[in-house]
Amino acid sequence: MSNLKDGCVKPVKGPILSEAAPETSSGASVIQEVKKMLAKVGKEAIDFEASAFIAGEGFKPVKLSDYKGKWIVLCFYPGDFTFV
Amino acid sequence: MAAVAALYDEFKSLDVEVLSLSTDSRFVHQIWQREELSKMVDGGVPFPMLSDGGGKIGSIYGVYDEAAGVDIRGRFIIDPDFVIRAMEVLTPEVGRNPAELLRQVKAFQHVARTGEVTPSGWEPGDTTLSPGPDLVGRVWEVWKP
Repeated sequence: MSNLKDGCVKPVKGPILSEAAPETSSGASVIQEVKKMLAKVGKEAIDFEASAFIAGEGFKPVKLSDYKGKWIVLCFYPGDFTFV
Repeated sequence: MAAVAALYDEFKSLDVEVLSLSTDSRFVHQIWQREELSKMVDGGVPFPMLSDGGGKIGSIYGVYDEAAGVDIRGRFIIDPDFVIRAMEVLTPEVGRNPAELLRQVKAFQHVARTGEVTPSGWEPGDTTLSPGPDLVGRVWEVWKP
């Protein structure tokens, strides 16, 4: 594992929504918390960026769209060190 | 996660990329891998383990439990055109069946390749159906549960 150097805090984009962010009259984009479920079968996946640990590689930000063109399985789970 | 990792060679042979996500940090993922997963599966989890801090990604995928502050078990199959083909969401107490996940991936790949459709419980080699006027009302002739 060569490159495990990393800062304590590294911002990543999280969900990347295609719709342009709504703008205020001053032109600054409004930061809104995204809460609504947008994923639907038969519809395009919502892209996102997250920081990742990859065995043998270390830490790096990963985007879902990095894997566009391949079959992808996305698995959410409640937490590391849980039982099931 | 370990169960999916144990079948990783098979996912690889189907050209499938696996990504896992939880609200844990990347540092916790690393230690989980070192302390536990690598002892469950040879070499540990070989796929990227992503951190969904704050559940922002889980929220848009409909799996974030705000009260508990975690992403519940949800898995999604996404095709090469970036279209979500399948989703399965479970409350945390029951683990998933990676064999069924593999079966669905094989079925979706077959459908994408051939344009045929696969009946209930289809496994590679089983009968497929070719929808069209000739098949209406006559599925029973070629397929029974």
